[in-house]
This record gives sequence, structure tokens and C-alpha cells, in this order.
Amino acid sequence: MTIRLFKDKVIGTGMLICSVLAVSLVLLVGLGLYWRSVPILQNHTLWELLGSASWRPLKGEFGFLPFILGTLWVTGMAILIAVPLCLLTAIYLAEYAPLRFKRFFLPLVNILAGIPPVIYGVWGVFFVVPLVQHGIAPYFVDFSTGFTVLAGGVVLAVMIFPLMVSIVVEVLNTIPVALKEASLSLGATKWETIKKVVLKKALPGIVAAMVLAVSRAFGETIAVLMVCGNVPLAPHSIFDPAYPLPALLANNFGEMMSVPLYDAALMFSAFALFVIIVVFNLISRIILQKIEVTHA
Amino acid sequence: MRKRKIEERLFKGLMLLSTALVAVSLFLIIGTVIWKGLPYLDWDMVSKIPDGGYYFGRSGGMLNAIIGSLYVAGGATVLGMLISLPVSVYLNIYLKKSNIFARFAKLSFDVLFGIPSIVYGAFAFSLMVYLGVRTSLLGGIIAVTLLVIPIMVRTLDEVIIHVPKDLKEAALSLGATRWEMAKVYFRQIRHGVLTAVLLAFGRGVGDVAAVMFTAGFSDNIPVSLHEPAATLPLAIFFQLSSPIPEVQGRAYASALILTLFILIIVVVSTILSHKKNKSS
Repeated sequence: MTIRLFKDKVIGTGMLICSVLAVSLVLLVGLGLYWRSVPILQNHTLWELLGSASWRPLKGEFGFLPFILGTLWVTGMAILIAVPLCLLTAIYLAEYAPLRFKRFFLPLVNILAGIPPVIYGVWGVFFVVPLVQHGIAPYFVDFSTGFTVLAGGVVLAVMIFPLMVSIVVEVLNTIPVALKEASLSLGATKWETIKKVVLKKALPGIVAAMVLAVSRAFGETIAVLMVCGNVPLAPHSIFDPAYPLPALLANNFGEMMSVPLYDAALMFSAFALFVIIVVFNLISRIILQKIEVTHA
Repeated sequence: MRKRKIEERLFKGLMLLSTALVAVSLFLIIGTVIWKGLPYLDWDMVSKIPDGGYYFGRSGGMLNAIIGSLYVAGGATVLGMLISLPVSVYLNIYLKKSNIFARFAKLSFDVLFGIPSIVYGAFAFSLMVYLGVRTSLLGGIIAVTLLVIPIMVRTLDEVIIHVPKDLKEAALSLGATRWEMAKVYFRQIRHGVLTAVLLAFGRGVGDVAAVMFTAGFSDNIPVSLHEPAATLPLAIFFQLSSPIPEVQGRAYASALILTLFILIIVVVSTILSHKKNKSS
């Protein structure tokens, strides 16, 4: 009898240690990245790093502003494209679509979610970039290579489709049927019910889904690196190239380690990404847990 | 009155349009890869390692990258499962649902799930510098393990939650300890474990940013953990940036191989999770 209890305790303790270690990974990653970026934080103020636009590593000038703006432009573009499309798609799936259509469509979304980022990049280079270069840009600007904020935004938007659609569908499914029926019985059309009852009730969940999508877009690396052009200047229009933070990291990591502080500067950008994404994820996950959407 | 109906129609049309767009984007991606990759795909691609001058358009294949990817993803999946399985068993079976640590841990894994692979790559790289490990298969496996742990834990959580509660109560009422109860659960979650393995493996095979500076690149198939290993996505990325059309074509062919691989994994795991839903 005692052996059974002993076994239970020992295995339990082992698993507890595993769990504590795995959970502390968040802290470990944060501390590790911070520790490696300390040298640059000692030499430059935070304001200098984030607010300066001059990126000349050889002269010891590390201004992240062009990269931060690049990230913001590309992410903003992606959200602008993805949010209306995903909202409409999710509403259709949750409220209008017949069951058979849903059974066919949701696995498609799964496949889209499973496709590796580099494949999105390949598609971007072959399909989206030429489309922007020949099909869209000539109407607005004199010359564009196609490797632009717009191309990055389109590719990123497609990448965040599955995440947003599946979360919003789940959020919409949590809305009580009684609420909808009450509205319908008062003579509202289906769309009016959705607009005035369902969406109002689902707003926190939709915001959470958007925040999650933004943080996914922030951190996306390889696809963005392949289609954005990577010019370290702040973009002024969607037909300018951009150089988002993760692309900077991926392009320069492991090289030029002989330049003083370069390594620490790159680690600082990883640390900054980490902090932003953790905060965004925490906010949206807490909202989603509150409304009991845990899947996705 | 008419205006309301028109608005309803209008929005329904917009919804159909955007649903179609989302679906079309998927077919566009897969279509592009097949259309561009198929002409360049031949048996050499999957059976030979690069010859000298391969990156200038001469003969050879991508076997080094295919095997490298399988090694990295396989190693990471095994390591990840060794950590994730105890974690989710502990959080879901040992602890009560309302336990503060369990809830905190789940939130942490949600957050970890959202951290981009490039950050894991950077962290694993600094860990390697600290431990004195060079870019190698081992480094790649460490980075991808970090990446797949949250995926596995979350998938297993989902599976364990769906095991009927009666089972737990029946086991406990017969005087089983928590560990004995966990063993009862193992039988129920076999499919789920397989799903978690497949998902993690697929993610590990497809990811670039985590292995970029940790696994390195090599034209040979690695024979030990301390040798650098090529990975398929990285090979695609390198070849695509080449100006030589022949090499670019091979990038598309490699992309086709990767896509087919991922498609198989996603389809199998979807079928598995459907089976699970039906049997329960």
C-alpha cells in the first residue's frame, strides 16, 4: 500500500519539476535575451535606440526607428486587409453556412495554418510581388520593384487568416442562442441581429483575436524577409520597401559579430520583440479565457 | 423596410466573397508551388546530396536538407514529448482544474505558443554560446524543442480535457492513486498523443527562423549531433535568392516537397482527430 502511495508521490514530484521548468521558460527566455542585450543598454539610452533613425553599426550608431516603423507599416497593412475579410468569413461560417460547408471549410483553414512560413514566402515572391509590381503599383507610383510594404502586408494577411478565422468563429459560437432568438422575435433581420446583438456581445473576443493576430504578424520572419525589400529606411507609402525587426535579426545574425555591440544590438531587438509579444499575448489570452475560448 | 433587406443581401454577398477569397488564397499558394515546382522535380532531388557546383545549376539533389530536417524535427519531437507529456498529465490529471498553478501554467503555455520562432532561435543561440555549443544538429534540435513544447502541451491539454469525467471518478472511487488514474488515461489519449506528435513534427520540419543560426547549413548529411545540418526550408530560402533560373527552379521543387509533406501531416492529423471525436 505504501509503495503505491510512494510511487504516486515520486512520479508526481518529477512531473511537477518538469512543469515548473517548462513554465519558467517564459522567464528564462526573457532573462536570457535581456542579459545578452545589456552591453548595448549600458552604452545607449533606450530613447536613443528606439527613437533614432540612423543605423550605422560600424560607427556604433544603432537606431531602431526604421525597423520599428517598417514592422508597424507591414503589420498595419496586414491587419487592414485581414480584419474585414476574416470577420466576414467568420460571421458567415458561424451564422449562415450550412453544416456541410463548415465541415469542408474548416479543414481547409487547418491546412492553411499548417503551411510553413517559407512556402508563404515562395508564393509571395512568385505571385504577390509581381502582382504589386505590374498590376497595382503602376497606377499609383512611377516605379516600384514590387518588394514593398504592400506585398509584405498581403502575405502576412494570408498568414494570419487561419488564426483569426478560427478564433472569431469560436468566439461567435459562445454567444447564447437565446439572445439571438430574442432579437429575431422582435422582428430584426438576421443581419440586424448580428450587427446589433452578436457583434456587440462578441466585441472583447474579436479584439482579443485581433491583438493575437497583430502579435503573430509582428514576429513573422522569413516570409516578410523574402518579400519586403529590406531597405533600412522608414517607409513613406505602401509602395516603399520596408525592413521589419525580425527580418533584421534573421539577415544579420551570426555575421559581423566582430563589430562591437552589434551582437548586443540584435539581441536587444529580439528582447524588444519578446516583450511586446508577451504583453500582447497576455492581454488577449486573459480576455479569451474570461469568455471561455481556450481552443485555437 | 426594403433598405433592411438590401443591407442583409449586401452583407451576405460580402461574406460569401470574403469566404471565397480565404479559400482561394489557399489554392493559390498550393497551386503556385505545384505549377512552378513540378517541372523541376525529379528523382535526383530526393535521392542525392548536392554535387560540387550544385548551387550554380549543376547536378545533385536536396537529400542533405531533407534528412537534416527530419533529424531536427524528429529529435525535437522526441525531446518535446518527453517534457510535454509529464507536464500536461500533471497539470490536467494530478492538479484540479481550479488550481492556481495549473491556471498560471496554462496561461504561460498560451503565451509561449505566441512567441515567434525567431525569438526562440535567438534565445537558443545565446544558450549555445553560453554552453559552448557550435551551430550543429544539436543546436537546431534545442531551438526547435523550445518551439514545439507549447504546441504539444496545448494539444495534449485539449485531448485530456475531453476524456469523460466518469472515468476519473470511477478510477478514484476504486481507490486508485493519481498515478494509477493517469495510467488509465494513457489508454484514452493515444490518438491525441499521435496528433500532438504530428503537429509538432510538421511545425519543426517547416520552421526556418529557429534553425537559421542554430543548425547551420551543410552539403553533407550529418552523422553526429555536433555537425551542422542543412534544413529544407532554409535550402528553399537560399536557392530562391540565387539569380540562376535552374537553382530557383529547384527552390520551387524543394518547396513542393515540403508542401506535400506538410499536407500529408495535416490530413492525417485531421483524420485522427475526427476519429477521436467519433469514438468518444
